[in-house]
Parts: sequence; structure tokens; C-alpha cells
Amino acid sequence: MWENIKQFASEFFVTGDPLIYGADVSIALTMIAIVFVLTKYKKWGWLWREWLTTVDHKRIGIMYLIASLLMLFRGGVDALLMRLQLAFPNMEFLHSEHYNAIFTTHGTIMILFMAMPMMFGLFNMVVPLQLGARDVAYPFLNALSFWLFMLGAMLFNLSFVIGGSPEAGWLSYPPLSQNDFSPGPGQNFWIWGIQISGIGSLATGINFIVTILKMRAPGMKLSQMPLFSWSVLSSSIMIIFAFPILTVTIALLFLDRFAGAHFFTMDGGGNPMMYLNLIWMWGHPEVYIVVVPAFGIFSEVVATFSRKKIFGYKSMVWALMAIAVASFFTWAHHFFTMGTSASVIAFFAISTMVIAIPTGVKVFNWLFTMFRGRISFKQPMLWTIAFIPCFLVGGATGVMLAVAPADYQYHNSYFLIAHFHQVLIGGVVFGYLAGIYYWWPKLFGFKLDEKLGKWGFWFWNIGFYVCFMPQYALGFMGMTRRYYTYGWDRGWADMNLVSTVGAFMMGIGFIFQVWQIAYSIKHGERDKTGDPWNARTLEWSIPSPAPFYNFAVVPTVKDSDDWWATKQAKANGTYKEEPVHLEPIHMPKNSGIPFIMSLFWFLVGFGFTFGWVWIAVIGFIGVFACMWVRSFQYDTDYYVPVDEVRRTEASLGRVL
Amino acid sequence: MSGGKMLRQIQFWILAALATVLLSGCGSEYLVLNPKGPVAETQYNLIIISTILCAVIIIPVLALTAFIVYRYRDTPGNKAPYKPEWAHNTALEVIWWGIPVVIIAILGYFTVRDVYVLKESPNKEVAPMTIQVTALDWKWMFTYPDQNIATVNYLEIPAGVPIHFQVSAEAPMNSFWVPELGGQIYAMAGMATELYLQADEPGEFQGFSSNFSGKDFAHMQFKVVAKPQDEFNKWVDEVKGTTPAMSKEDYNELKKPGLTEKKLYSAFPEGLFEEILARYSHGHDMDHVMKKEPAVTGEKSSETSSVTHQMSDMSSMPGMDHSGMKH
Repeated sequence: MWENIKQFASEFFVTGDPLIYGADVSIALTMIAIVFVLTKYKKWGWLWREWLTTVDHKRIGIMYLIASLLMLFRGGVDALLMRLQLAFPNMEFLHSEHYNAIFTTHGTIMILFMAMPMMFGLFNMVVPLQLGARDVAYPFLNALSFWLFMLGAMLFNLSFVIGGSPEAGWLSYPPLSQNDFSPGPGQNFWIWGIQISGIGSLATGINFIVTILKMRAPGMKLSQMPLFSWSVLSSSIMIIFAFPILTVTIALLFLDRFAGAHFFTMDGGGNPMMYLNLIWMWGHPEVYIVVVPAFGIFSEVVATFSRKKIFGYKSMVWALMAIAVASFFTWAHHFFTMGTSASVIAFFAISTMVIAIPTGVKVFNWLFTMFRGRISFKQPMLWTIAFIPCFLVGGATGVMLAVAPADYQYHNSYFLIAHFHQVLIGGVVFGYLAGIYYWWPKLFGFKLDEKLGKWGFWFWNIGFYVCFMPQYALGFMGMTRRYYTYGWDRGWADMNLVSTVGAFMMGIGFIFQVWQIAYSIKHGERDKTGDPWNARTLEWSIPSPAPFYNFAVVPTVKDSDDWWATKQAKANGTYKEEPVHLEPIHMPKNSGIPFIMSLFWFLVGFGFTFGWVWIAVIGFIGVFACMWVRSFQYDTDYYVPVDEVRRTEASLGRVL
Repeated sequence: MSGGKMLRQIQFWILAALATVLLSGCGSEYLVLNPKGPVAETQYNLIIISTILCAVIIIPVLALTAFIVYRYRDTPGNKAPYKPEWAHNTALEVIWWGIPVVIIAILGYFTVRDVYVLKESPNKEVAPMTIQVTALDWKWMFTYPDQNIATVNYLEIPAGVPIHFQVSAEAPMNSFWVPELGGQIYAMAGMATELYLQADEPGEFQGFSSNFSGKDFAHMQFKVVAKPQDEFNKWVDEVKGTTPAMSKEDYNELKKPGLTEKKLYSAFPEGLFEEILARYSHGHDMDHVMKKEPAVTGEKSSETSSVTHQMSDMSSMPGMDHSGMKH
């Protein structure tokens, strides 16, 4: 009996590596500490009422943000471990399978569990406020999206301590990801972690499309909508077309693994190339899904901090939409080297280059927004200015990669690695950081400390170039991605060491930012005005932090940059004060179902991951029970009385 | 204006630096930038063209960015114009929709031209020699159908002769890459991809596997040696005279996951590559590969296509052991 348990435990838990034991201990200690604090200060009820069951888009946004920062930490540690292993030739810090697991989780986490939630966090924190709405179109669904993401991410991260991590790369190409070559639960964790959170992503896409199309404040025409909301619309449209492909593709992969099907197997009539095509039909739009909202953020930030209207608004909108469409016609450039016909390669080479056109237009428009403006170098603007050269170079190397015959030389080399990190860090991460710095006061009521932020900024930026410029050179030297080791004879040692130093500088930058947040909670400059940046759009017309119902009175929009126009009119004395007429506010009620249902989804994923079907069945029953219960709930909304609105506004310093 | 002059100077130096780095040929460890054959040469030229075309856009834009950010900074007493409502100018916007279109058109032309060029043999004067490449876990097997020899993790080719590589795998997908000779091609089970490479001069080159295929993939590298035709012929004779023949059992041993040293074989089971291919091709059209070997067996040459199908049918039949097909 004891032997059996020992046997089971040694297979169930990941064993044999001091790094992992160390992590196990720290995870256990953190959990104990959280439980202890919640119990000691009697916060369990608070946690349930205020957070776990909330349907408030701002709180959901904050939870997304916290989760994404945690994931950024984990993905970043993965990156640093890899860079340590590659710092010198013949390093014996990680053995090959451990290294393979780490680059797999690094890629998966950074794209799906870091970039996506940070993006959804910004969607949630900003879009309804910017549109003059009181919540998203489907608040319940929004909460469900978040918890599906969260539980999917937790399931994926569980692979770190039990069962074993996936090792077949972040997109898990078959046949390597099939049972023959990747037995065990690792791959299943990958499949189910992504599958569960992917459903949430799809729902978020639908939610924001409807919100943007139906929930804008009266008078706000689409042609007056702020560019961040436009970028969210573009991104959401891509989500609803791309994510179903992902869901189906990895469902088929799961059928191969679980039920012995032959969709993508090497033998039995399967075709692995079909998987490559399908996964990139999602995967390529996916990178635009995450980068387009960053473009939206830059548009807001540039206009605000240049104190000037955005240049070429219409061009910007057309460019966003053109990118959304074109992104679906470029997927095969991820495997130009598959040996297909020249015509197919030529088509995808050209379609890929074409994407550079609208993207380039956007850069010019940002530059000419600054032109004849007055630029103040606050943190959001710093990140935006840092983004422009970084993205220009990253975009240029992207065009170089699109030159298919040359790509035969770049493909899978460190040139490619340097390119996509440059657009994903320089574009997505810089953009989201700019957005977080920009909207932070609206969510939390205080600014993030400038001085610590600047330390973080410079470490990130210098570290970035030190880390990734050498990787372009390594690509030309023939260094291929995913090598866990290399010899002295290749001449790769110097550049790799420099790259590792750069990676650690970025790590230091991140530590400064964490310190900055911790410091600013106590000492950050409080925002009493609600408009700390002298900004242009509606979200800055309400107090900070935004009250739970957002707008005491739903604004009527007359202008693009409506809040700026209002401020101008007030300054000119042409502003007509209209009598405030408060009405009870219609709001959605909190619900525990999204959290509980997602827990059941977690069980489904966990059961299938280990092949314990009975657990999965319990999970499915729970999921359907939750749907059943929700279907017959009629008491899902309430009205906030006028008195309470008045009291809340007064407490935020506004007398109505 | 001194500001503009300074910018032009900066621009000049950046271009000069770029040109020195790229055009003078980097150190020999920059394999991609030291082409040793016509295919790599074509690709190198494209790399240079695309770099220049990109530089033509991004260097001025970088300079413009620096200029704008400096000139319109918000400091007291800044005399630069401030026009907060100036937000549209059709002529300007047409220009910057237009410039990328022109650049992309030029680049697109070169790209498409060379996509087609590289599908053909780079050397029309010399008949290509065929070598079959099989990616295994974690080693490369090369079979020479014309010479009837085989090697593992070692590739020897005649210099000045275009080599027609047929690439497949009996393992997870990999990619066959010899940067100094030219770009890569995927190695996939059940499919034979084609790649032409040629070494202009005798020399030694490094071959890589460049698509992740599991545990020991980082060690899956190989040496490529190009020799003058007569020395190559001598080497073939030497291999034929001094090394063992590869049997079906040897191959089955070879394909088990693991690492192997360099190996040479004086012969290999006839039709081995075609058989590996057929084992996973499930009736996919592999004519383009099969037709290239009319002399493999009399039976096959008559009706290549139906033989392919027949072979895949047989391989999926239970109990059909291919090791019995030894010639």
C-alpha cells in the first residue's frame, strides 16, 4: 500500500530537480500565508462579495491585471532560466528536457496568459468608461470570461508541480506533441489550459463588439469614438474569427491523443501539416489581436501628452480595420520552408508585406500628432516614444522576414526570435505598460511614482536592446531557436553572454516596477481631479477612482474628444451648464456562478489531463448544472437609488 | 540650417556603418552572410536589398522622430509652432500611404522573382546529383541513390555540381539547413520536400537541424564537405570498398531515438527512402519524387503512381514486414 502511494506520488508530482522543490516550497508558503491573512483579518467574506462574485468591469479588469503581472513574473523567470543556460557554451544548468519545458511554458504563458489578460484587463478598465457606458454589454459573461481564463491559466501552471510540463514548444506541433513522442499529462495540460481560457477569450471578443456597437453614450457616432475603442473593436473582430479555429484545432489534437484519432498523426492517414496551417490561422491573427490594442493606447497617449488632436483619425481607423482583415491572409509565412509551390509562397510573402503599409501609416500619424504639439515626457509618453524606434526596427526585420527566399535563411533562427520579441516587447509590452501608467489613476485614484518608474523604464529599454540586438547577429551565425546548448567552436559565446546580461537588466526593470507599485500605494500622488493628465476622452470626466456605476449622469456626446471640447468650452465661457437630473441607476447583480462554473471547467480539464474520466464527468455535470441554474435566474439586476449616487459622488468630492 | 545638416550627417554615418557591417562580409562565423554557393548568394543579395529598402524608410523616420520629439518638447519658451487643432492633411497622408506601397512593390518584385528562381536548379550547365535526406530522432541519414552509398551525420558533395536534395523524415518534423550553401527546407514524414544547393568551391560547411524535434535535437548537426568531382568519386569508391553495407536491421536500429556518431555505409537497401516515404504518405501524390528514379526497379518504373499507392496500402496492412523486402 505504502509502496503504491510512493509510486503514484513520484509519477504525479514533478520530482528530481532542486529548482522545482524550491518553487514547491515557495508556492506552499505563499498559499499558507494568503489563507492565514484572509482568516486572521476575517476577509473571506470580503473576498467573495467584492471580488470572486463581482461583475463590475473595473474590478474584473484589475483582476486581469494582477493575474497578468503574476504571469509576467513567471514567464520572465522562465526567460531568465533559459538565458542562464545559454550564457556560456556547454552549460550544465538545465538538462535538455527541462529546458524544452521552460521554453514551451515561457511562450505559452507570455502570449496566452500574460499578453491576453493584460489586454483584456485594459479593455475592461477602459472601454466602458471611454464610451460613457455603465458596464459592458454582458457583465455576467464578462465575469465568466475572466474566471475561465484564470482557471485555465491555473490548470496550465499546475503542470509545474504535478504531472510534468509540456515540452513540445508553445504551439505544440504534431507529430512531436502526439502520444508517441510526448506521452504523459504535460501536453494535456497545455491543451486544456488553453482550451478553457480560450473559451473565455472568445466570449470577451463578443462582449466588447456588442458593447462598442450598442452601449456608446447618446450622440457618440462611431466616427467620433476614441481610437482605443476602435482598436478594441478591431481586435475583438479578429478574436471572434480566430479563436474558434484554435478551439477546434486543439480539440482535434486532443482527440488524437485521447481517443486515438488520426487527424494530425504521422501514421494512420493523419497530416501534421494540417495542424500547422490551422494553428497559424489562429496564431497569426493572434499577434495582431494583442498588438492592435497597443496601437490604440499609443493613439490616446500621443494625443494627450502632445496636447493636440490625433493626426489623421480616419486613416488610423482604416489602418486598424485593414490590419484586422489582412491578418487572416498571412498565416503561411510561418512555414515558407514547407516546400510548397512557388505561387503559394509568393502570395503569402506579398500579403505579409502588405500589412506593413497600414502599420507604417500609423507610425507617421503618431509622429505628426507630436509635430506642432507640446510633448510632456510623463511615463505613458516615455513608453510611447520608446516604442516608435523599437517597433520601426522590429517592423523592418518583419518585412525582411517576409522576403520568402531570404526567410529560408532566417527561419527558426535567432534572427526570427529577435524579430518577434522586438515587436511583441517593443509593441505589445511597451504599449500595455503605457496604457497601465496612463489609466492607473482612473482605476486606483493615484499616480505611479515617476522616479522609480523612470528607473524601470531605462532598465527595460537598455536591457531590451542589449538582450535582443545580439540575437539578430546570432541568427546570421546559424544559431537555431530551442537549442538548449552549444559548443565553443561556433563562435556564439560572446553574443549569448551579452544577450543574457540584457535579459537580466529587463528583470531588474520589472523589479523596479513592482517596487514602484508597492511604493505608490502609500506614497503615490493622489488624483483629486479625475483628470490628472489633462486628457481628452470621457473617462477623464468622472472622478478617480471611478465609482462603481461609472457615470452618475450618462453624458451626451457632441464631439470627438468630447471631454477636451467641454474643457475648452468651459475655458472660453461658451459652455452651457445643463441642470443635473439624477435618476436611479440600473446595475447588474453580483453572481457566484461564473467562478463556480469555471471551477467545474477546471475539473473537466484536470480529469482529461490525467485520463481520469470520472473527474471530467463530474466537471461537465457541474458546468451544466451552473448553466441550468443561471437560465432560471430572473432576479439579476437592481437599481441604485438617487440618494446613494449623490452620497457616492460627494464622497469623491463632487457635489451634484 | 545646422540642425538639418547634423541630421544628414548622422544619417550618412549610420548608412556607412550599416554598409560596412553588411557589405564587407562579416567574420566567418556569420554563416548566412558568407555565401559559398549560388543559392545562398541569391538569398544574401535579397537580404542586402531588403535591408537597404527598409533602411531607406526607417533611418529618415528615426531621424524625424528624434527631431520632432526634441523640437516640440514642452519646455517654457519653446518657440516651435503649436497648432492643437491641426489634425489632417490629405497630401501628407497620401504620401505616407504611398511610400510604403512603392517600397513594398519593389521588394515584392525581387521576392517573387527569386521564389520562382529557387525552385529550379541554380546551375543549368551541370546535371544535378540527387541525395536523399532522412531526418531521424536525432540524426541525419543521407542516401546517395546514384552512388548507392549512405552516410549518417556526414554529407559529402562534389563542388560545382548542383545537388538535388529530397528531404523526408521518420521522426517528428525537422528542418535541413546548411546556411553557407543556402536556406532550409522542412523534413516531414510522408512527404519529400525538394531543395537545390550547390557549393561553388571545395570546403567544409556546418549543417544544422533547425526545427525542434525533441530531447537531443540540439545535437543533431552534421558536417558538409565539398570536394572536386574526382576527389568526390575517389571518396565514393573508398566508402564502397572499406565500409559495411546498411541492412534493414541496421536502419531499424538507426531510427531508434538516440545519438549516433558519423557513419558510412557502402550500400543501403534499395528503395529505402521511397519506402520510408510511402510508409507515411497514405496515397498522397508523391509522383514528383518517384518519377525521378526510373531505374530503381523495373516494376516501379512502369507505373510509378500506382506503385506508390500500392506500397502505402501494403505498409498499412498488418503483418507486412518491410524488412523482408531486402534486395
